Amino acid sequence: MFKLLEKKKIGPDIWQMKVSAPRVAKYAKPGQFVIVITDKRGERIPLTICDYNKDEGWVMIVLQVVGLSTSRMAELNEGDSFADFVGPLGQPSWFVNAEPSDIRGHNFIFIAGGVGAAPVYPQLKWLADNGKKADLILGARSAEQLILLPELKEVTNEVYIATNDGSAGEKGFVTDTLKKVLLERPEYYNECIAIGPMIMMKSVAEMTRTFALKTTVSLNTLMIDGTGMCGACRVTVGGKIKFTCVDGPEFDAHLVDFDEAMRRQGMYKREETESHRCNIDKAVEESHKRK
Amino acid sequence: MKQVNRVPVREQDPEVRKNNFDEVCLGYNEDEAVAEASRCLNCKKPLCVSDCPVSIDIPSFVEKIKNREFYQAAEIISRSSVLPSVCGRVCPQESQCEGKCILGVKGDPVSIGKLERFIGDWGRDNGFIIPVKSEPNSHRVAVIGSGPAGLTCAGELASLGYDVTIFEALHKAGGVLEYGIPEFRLPKEKVVRQEVENVKRMGVKIITNAVIGKAGTIDNLLDNEGFDAIFVGTGAGLPLFMNIPGENLNGVLSANEFLTRINLMKAYDDEFDTPVRTGQRVAVVGGGNVAMDSARSAVRMGADVSVIYRRSAEELPARAEEVHHAREEGIDFRLLTNPVEVLGNEKGWVTGLKCVRMELGEPDESGRRRPVVIPDSEFIIETDTVIMSLGTSPNPLIAGTTPNLETDRKGCVKAVDENGTTTREGVFAAGDVVTGSATVILAMGAARKSAKAIDDYIRSKYAGK
Ligand SMILES: Cc1cc2nc3c(=O)[nH]c(=O)nc-3n(C[C@H](O)[C@H](O)[C@H](O)COP(=O)(O)OP(=O)(O)OC[C@H]3O[C@@H](n4cnc5c(N)ncnc54)[C@H](O)[C@@H]3O)c2cc1C
Ligand SMILES: Cc1cc2nc3c(=O)[nH]c(=O)nc-3n(C[C@H](O)[C@H](O)[C@H](O)COP(=O)(O)OP(=O)(O)OC[C@H]3O[C@@H](n4cnc5c(N)ncnc54)[C@H](O)[C@@H]3O)c2cc1C
Ligand code: SF4
Ligand code: SF4
Ligand code: FES
Repeated sequence: MFKLLEKKKIGPDIWQMKVSAPRVAKYAKPGQFVIVITDKRGERIPLTICDYNKDEGWVMIVLQVVGLSTSRMAELNEGDSFADFVGPLGQPSWFVNAEPSDIRGHNFIFIAGGVGAAPVYPQLKWLADNGKKADLILGARSAEQLILLPELKEVTNEVYIATNDGSAGEKGFVTDTLKKVLLERPEYYNECIAIGPMIMMKSVAEMTRTFALKTTVSLNTLMIDGTGMCGACRVTVGGKIKFTCVDGPEFDAHLVDFDEAMRRQGMYKREETESHRCNIDKAVEESHKRK
Repeated sequence: MKQVNRVPVREQDPEVRKNNFDEVCLGYNEDEAVAEASRCLNCKKPLCVSDCPVSIDIPSFVEKIKNREFYQAAEIISRSSVLPSVCGRVCPQESQCEGKCILGVKGDPVSIGKLERFIGDWGRDNGFIIPVKSEPNSHRVAVIGSGPAGLTCAGELASLGYDVTIFEALHKAGGVLEYGIPEFRLPKEKVVRQEVENVKRMGVKIITNAVIGKAGTIDNLLDNEGFDAIFVGTGAGLPLFMNIPGENLNGVLSANEFLTRINLMKAYDDEFDTPVRTGQRVAVVGGGNVAMDSARSAVRMGADVSVIYRRSAEELPARAEEVHHAREEGIDFRLLTNPVEVLGNEKGWVTGLKCVRMELGEPDESGRRRPVVIPDSEFIIETDTVIMSLGTSPNPLIAGTTPNLETDRKGCVKAVDENGTTTREGVFAAGDVVTGSATVILAMGAARKSAKAIDDYIRSKYAGK
């Protein structure tokens, strides 16, 4: 059993949880994820590793309640345990295994939409620890959904904020801010790393393509086992079938077939989900549709 | 005179079982088992044993059943197998032990599988415990994967006194027995979990949720975690697809995904959270056990099911009993048929399968006649779900993270001898990870040899120390 050590509400329907999982913590790297089962009837739910501590043996996850399983998970209290917690899964971000010299001259612009702030955090932290602070565009529907802001500021150079309603930072989408930043500093950035709702990642990819800026996204496809056994997580990247759980979750954004990926993600949407999805994903998706 | 015909086994009626996930075959009771055992000639040179990959002493255990000495029968089987209730249910007996039984020349062979199952189940119900042969020694062996290969190797080594830990990636132990083969053929609580418990009772530790290659590598286990040798029994779980247009449409899934949702995650049971979507009309592509299991599971989820296979009935690789049961359950076999494209609607959901008709040509390398496309024979099968059951290959988690562990073109770990010795010192491998998808009992047979080789390896490593 994997004990819930700390639970904190960090936004509307967004929870941060520190879970005791020594084996995962020992081997975790930025970019990787875990699969969590709440109780013996629960399903296997993939969540990104948001922070970890090898010595203390814990892993931090950030959870947005969107449907049945995530709400079950959010019902656990400090002291309760998850039935299963497996990981780290997936490939770490490429720079984790790169030579320090390859990173030194490499300027990153990160983009995080909604709970995407959680998965970018360990990457930014790793880069900061290795002497390469990056810039970040953080987007959310409104100010109250901006999560982890103090932590993120600590590990970045510049944080640009965009909210749909203008309640914090610029009013608009992350892509509007991105465009501005790229126009202001042409040629400066070497890579964009975008994590958030599929539709956001797709829009970012379309924009950076026009700037010929290398872009990496982390895909949140459907998953079951996370070990390459079921093929539920398959995506088309550069015309080839890839399994997100073992080949990814990070891929070259300009090669991903986003339309297919978004369609496949909806395959098991439960009826009740619509009413439950009070979240950023939905808002962002809808406002994009309106555009 | 011996009876020519075997004692029939009781089964759930097809019309009833189509609507439930309970076991189809009900097995023998004591009297039936004794009657069936009495048919055995107790041959001096038993041909049946030669075709059992783990060489169970068949005439002896059958003799014990005849004398109603069930405990002794269980003891005899346990010398060769830790999974009798499993093998009795899923071995392709017709091409193994029973295929060679001398009685098969003139009538029915002895129902060895059903008798083995009877004893396995008897042992469970009567508290039979597998005896351990040797005193514990201090050497530690890590077994990766808890399928039939891993469980067999672990049991064998525990019996020899080793301190054995199994690392399993999923949250339940058993490998394909747990996530692949459905409840109606192999009950999970009653059979799989019980036999896993038996292995634990021999002293084997099982750590679930441990993906080796991700949460630690083989190097870590050998260098930092104090293991003297490693057995790799990670199976062949990576599903293959056909690479035809439309394969990523919503409604196309691998047999592994479908079966995992149903078995491991119990999606058929409303009390469990994992969803599974089985449409009204399901087309299963393939002809092996995996295809039969998918098709029969889909029937139980309420769908109209057809099996699409490119060769003829004779070449169907599934166990004879499964094909028979599938037919009884109303599954439509579309033989000599091959899909060339999955068709979908504007929303990206499957609507049909474009197929071609095939005929059998010259035999290929496998000795089976090669299917050849009949020109201009395209036609469409309407369906809303397609389950691809085309075989599997080993996942890259171990091979990709273990230096000097060679694999072949298909990603299978290379064994340099019949004991599963690999190109990496101290690392042994057997089962599907070496052979590609095969059978439970072949995996177990090979794993037994590896256990012996690991024992020899550790003995020689520490000889004189
Ligand atoms: C690699 C990866 C990392 C992720 N990291 C995070 C994270 O750090 N924080 C977080 O809050 N969420 C994360 N997600 C998404 C999270 O797994 C889903 O929100 C969750 O599975 C929804 O389950 P549900 O039962 O509450 O929702 P429901 O909508 O009721 O789920 C119905 C079905 O759809 C699947 N599903 C629904 N939405 C998603 C989705 N967006 N992604 C994948 N599967 C989905 C569920 O598994 C379930 O089978 C991640 C997903 C992946 C693949
Ligand atoms: C649906 C289906 C039906 C079948 N029906 C029959 C039948 O009727 N009769 C028959 O004889 N055979 C049948 N087979 C084949 C048989 O199940 C396999 O040949 C057999 O299970 C192989 O055993 P194994 O131990 O090598 O591998 P598996 O049973 O595949 O077990 C491997 C285990 O290793 C784990 N693993 C993988 N990678 C890692 C890792 N990196 N770290 C930790 N753990 C890992 C997996 O999660 C799995 O639990 C069937 C197979 C399927 C899929
Ligand atoms: S293990 Fe399989 S092959 Fe061997 S005797 Fe039993 S049923 Fe036959
Ligand atoms: S070959 Fe048949 S009859 Fe002879 S010992 Fe084996 S099971 Fe009995
Ligand atoms: S989640 Fe099953 S193969 Fe990726």
